[in-house]
Amino acid sequence: MSPTKLDSNVPAGPIAEKWDRHRFEMKLVNPANKRKYTIIVVGTGLAGASAAASLGELGYNVLNFCIQDSPRRAHSIAAQGGINAAKNYQNDGDSVYRLFYDTVKGGDYRSREANVYRLAQLSVNIIDQCVAQGVPFARDYGGLLDNRSFGGAQVSRTFYARGQTGQQLLLGAYQSLMRQVHKGTVRLFARREMLDLVLVEGRARGIVCRNLVTGEIERYAAHAVILATGGYGTVYYLSTNAVNSNVTASWRAAKRGALFANPCFTQIHPTCIPVTGDHQSKLTLMSESLRNDGRVWVPKKKGDTRPPDQIPEDERDYYLERKYPSFGNLVPRDVASRNAKQMADEGRGVGETGLAVYLDFQDAIQRLGIDVIREKYGNLFHMYKKIADEDAYKVPMRIYPAIHYTMGGLWVDYNLMTNVPGLHVLGEANFSDHGANRLGASALMQGLADGYFVIPYTIGHYLAGSTMLKVTSEHDAFKESANCVQKNINRLLSVKGNRGIREIHRELGRIMWDNVGMSRTEQSLRTALAQIPKLRGEFWQSVSVPGTDDNLNQSLEYAGRVADYLEFAELLTLDALHRRESCGGHFREESQTADGEALRDDEHYSYVAAWEFTGVGREPVLHKEPLVFEEVHPTQRSYK
Amino acid sequence: MRLKLKIWRQAGPGTAGRLVDYAADHVSPDMSFLEMLDVVNEGLVKQGHDAIAFDSDCREGICGMCGLVVNGIPHGPDRGTTVCQLHMRRFRDGDTIVIEPWRARAFPVVKDLVVDRSALDRIITAGGYVSVNCGGAPDGNAIPIAKEVSETAMDSAACIGCGACVAACKNASAHLFMSAKISHLSLLPQGQIERYRRVVAMIEQADAEGFGSCSNEGECEAVCPKEIPISNIARMTREYFRALWVGGR
Repeated sequence: MSPTKLDSNVPAGPIAEKWDRHRFEMKLVNPANKRKYTIIVVGTGLAGASAAASLGELGYNVLNFCIQDSPRRAHSIAAQGGINAAKNYQNDGDSVYRLFYDTVKGGDYRSREANVYRLAQLSVNIIDQCVAQGVPFARDYGGLLDNRSFGGAQVSRTFYARGQTGQQLLLGAYQSLMRQVHKGTVRLFARREMLDLVLVEGRARGIVCRNLVTGEIERYAAHAVILATGGYGTVYYLSTNAVNSNVTASWRAAKRGALFANPCFTQIHPTCIPVTGDHQSKLTLMSESLRNDGRVWVPKKKGDTRPPDQIPEDERDYYLERKYPSFGNLVPRDVASRNAKQMADEGRGVGETGLAVYLDFQDAIQRLGIDVIREKYGNLFHMYKKIADEDAYKVPMRIYPAIHYTMGGLWVDYNLMTNVPGLHVLGEANFSDHGANRLGASALMQGLADGYFVIPYTIGHYLAGSTMLKVTSEHDAFKESANCVQKNINRLLSVKGNRGIREIHRELGRIMWDNVGMSRTEQSLRTALAQIPKLRGEFWQSVSVPGTDDNLNQSLEYAGRVADYLEFAELLTLDALHRRESCGGHFREESQTADGEALRDDEHYSYVAAWEFTGVGREPVLHKEPLVFEEVHPTQRSYK
Repeated sequence: MRLKLKIWRQAGPGTAGRLVDYAADHVSPDMSFLEMLDVVNEGLVKQGHDAIAFDSDCREGICGMCGLVVNGIPHGPDRGTTVCQLHMRRFRDGDTIVIEPWRARAFPVVKDLVVDRSALDRIITAGGYVSVNCGGAPDGNAIPIAKEVSETAMDSAACIGCGACVAACKNASAHLFMSAKISHLSLLPQGQIERYRRVVAMIEQADAEGFGSCSNEGECEAVCPKEIPISNIARMTREYFRALWVGGR
């Protein structure tokens, strides 16, 4: 395929009417015919579980897969702070348009306007749906739903269930899913890992996966495939993602022709517990909601090693409040992260390594009382105590940025379909709604909007408008794909080297964090592009994958995921190199304003970069989707 | 720190297992318990030996995937803590630690420390939900819910489904798990319509899966990483008898 301009299939008309009009114009599948269609949903997080449940409710025949032992384990469960919705229950000036505006601006004008507007519209339905399922959102004394504030917004629109919002929303979706399992519309396949996408006549018609318990390579045919397999943060080894989160399903789809969009848009979350040593397997997030009441500061003096309580008020620099008076501690994540790094670079970081800043609750405790703080954030303080061995009610938390979310993902059009007909992608796994930076409490919103309210309509449109061959998993394409998968597994098992898989993954993570992390330069990116293929070569020469493929073999699973990361990392870096501008989470040192903020180059880079795979180690082909802003005029983002 | 480990190894559900000795020589007090096992596994893998299989995912105490019996206690010695959040500073240099899988008839061993907990999913499938389709929900503020009610429901809803309650119980009962979901939904107005049908269906499913009954020992509450109280079980029992009275089917 030569470079093409991608068509996003955004419907015509005023932005506020696009989705309504589109819903009317889309084709429908008659209720009696729905059960004749089989749909595969890979993943059971917020996007996957909500999609599988909703499609089951409509009467489709759904096959739902997850790598964990139960659909309830998906990593959406770990989201803490909340979910945005333009309900304006607080009467503080919120509206669908304001949520839309905040999200486009927060994404540094690199998202697709029409998708974001739809997301803001649907946000209000999500809350209603979740309340009806029995999600125990926080309420005020009058019994109505409570809200808190999150970064990048000046209104309170975030709904929450203590510090476990993701858990409660996921369990709501999981319960709806299990209800469909009970009804027989959804069949569940746990401990299965998707290892290939199967195309027949150019359409996505099924998947090949490995049964992680028996090792069997299984083939499943369908009329459409939905991926809701999350992000690729663990390419950095250390991240706030679950240890089993991976890019494999998305990457294997990309290798079958799906375009991968904006992989360099990665989000570094400002408030994580700092790294302590080499043994660490993951980093733990402290919810952004803490910035509602916590104040971020460092000592004014360089190399000040006094304990925090001995640093007097006038020798502290509340740098976010100083630099961004109107948003203060609630600036968006990319801004907060970069500033923390800047403090550490200036030698004003705190803690043993100097790679941390303080998040201080003393003022809030004095103002509101310790009980209020405990009720709001108790579980987070408890988690901090467990990990850092410090009591945040008494001493300030030490926090530092860490990889958290990936805005990039498989390219999809307005209908959430990739360039491969029939392959749809939802939630974090797609690229569409957050541009170059996601605002807090928007991931849950997007996952559920995609699953509950978008895909049930758009997949019907695809199915009703397509004439498809009758295909079973005995089709040659399935056999060919299963052979490829088996070959790859044999190859991993036959290296029999002496290097640990984790050791190589850790090394990849270090290359990525040092060179493609919070700030990137032409030189650092070229360094990474030289190191990644070398490490990939070493992996295939010297990795040790013990055991066999006929039973549960966690080393084999892990090795397959790391092997994919060793290919994907190169694409991520290449994308970062090609985008010679700073925007959102992608900060190129060469492109910054006089006061160190990200400087976009709208003239040259106002597009989605969607990459076509052409072979391992070969230059991918760049396809562009130009971004058109009819509503929100791109300006230099300011939170001052 | 240097530790001696005795770890349960079992090739599969049909084979016999045994405790095998391992040495963990470079343990830092800041490591989590699972990171300590990662290091042991890294050593095994480099030598071409089969890694010790154990489940984990989020490693921040919320997904419920991890679960090991450490020195006889599910999730180890710390209260209100999953084993992924247990840190090695809790142990002393030279300690011997015995690590075993959850043991219950309803949780067959898959391999080593990994067990099959799909029985818990089937209990939820039997009725642990509110039957609302997507699309027709009324406004979220249409039904006010008293803050105390909502908070109590949230206390129960915090269950992570790890199965430690079953592992700790001498009867291998799933009552705490089940009662947490039943309490959560029966406290809220949304759960009222199916209140009685739900409790009967879930309890029948638990019986069919081979979980035992409750004899009020309280071991489950003691090991629950989310500290869900056994008052939930009392509530479930009341709901159950009420359901039988009104014919909850």
